[in-house]
Amino acid sequence: MIRPARNHPGFWAFVAHRVSGVALALFLPLHFLVLGLALESGDALDRMLAVADRPVFKIAEWGLVVLLTVHLCAGLRVMALEFLPWRDTRKGLIGIGAAIALLVGALFMLRAG
Amino acid sequence: MTTATDSEGGTLAVEIWRGKDAGQFETYTVPQRANQTVLDVVTWIQRHAEPALAYRFACRVGVCGSCAMTVNGKPRWTCRTHVSKVAGEGALRIEPLRNLPRLKDLAVDMTPFFEKWQRAQGRFTPTRTRNDPLTTVSPQSAGRKAADAGIECINCAVCYSACDVVGWDDGYLGPAALNRAWTLVNDERDGDRAGVLKAASSGGGCHSCHTHGSCVEHCPVGINPTAGIAGLKRWSIVELLGGKLP
Repeated sequence: MIRPARNHPGFWAFVAHRVSGVALALFLPLHFLVLGLALESGDALDRMLAVADRPVFKIAEWGLVVLLTVHLCAGLRVMALEFLPWRDTRKGLIGIGAAIALLVGALFMLRAG
Repeated sequence: MTTATDSEGGTLAVEIWRGKDAGQFETYTVPQRANQTVLDVVTWIQRHAEPALAYRFACRVGVCGSCAMTVNGKPRWTCRTHVSKVAGEGALRIEPLRNLPRLKDLAVDMTPFFEKWQRAQGRFTPTRTRNDPLTTVSPQSAGRKAADAGIECINCAVCYSACDVVGWDDGYLGPAALNRAWTLVNDERDGDRAGVLKAASSGGGCHSCHTHGSCVEHCPVGINPTAGIAGLKRWSIVELLGGKLP
């Protein structure tokens, strides 16, 4: 079996899109579970929110924001490629998306700090 | 022999896949020469070391598209690939193309590749006879420019071999067939452009493409099949919304 030649930005953009999508899909049920606590009792939600104030959750929150930005930018890129007239900006769009994700991540960290 | 092709004194260690699906790499020592191509190396081995080595080539100048192989992990046209460009430490590993059934050694069966051209309706449907005057197509028209960008394909299957989606989905038509379909839907002389669009956008067609761009990265003649496939996606959606695509 020959390993495919994949080491180029287009493939890595696909991987980032797919991995961030799967990670967000895994996060969502947990998110709804926590929100669902409010239906049971305010106390249960408050206890969970106190847990979520720990630093490790802040880091996870930062990861979530970055994942969301990566997924959003990758999705917009694919839509731009497929629905706008082609201008050979394939790698440029990947660069712009990565830059936006880094910027949003940095801003979130500054705000949290 | 002229001095330009004389040995530079060094040698290359060349690993070549021998056998079909079951097989092994055999290593050959090949004299290094100036301006040597990968195809020159394979031919040297077949003529001097391994007469039974199976491989395919015809024109040797990058026109016929016969000699594509996997060279150090990447699909390439071997006749226009200089050894100096790909053999880092004087070592080459040459394998058959990915995603196609192997026949023997470096030769693969191209049948699925060409069958998919037919499935994508990658053939011109004429509307005139030889007795009619030639159609005038303006070189400035948008359709002509789009067709021009994809028309120089040499059918070498390098893109087909590089494509991940072809590897994942047997039914996917692949970049070359879809690129050909794109040139036809842009060809105002074609008599069945709606049929081409339907064939190219049905199951296994343009909408299966994940836009990785491996075809663009590896195409030896610089075609961008991903752009054509994106065009087919766009066009088929517009036709579908307009009720023209069943």
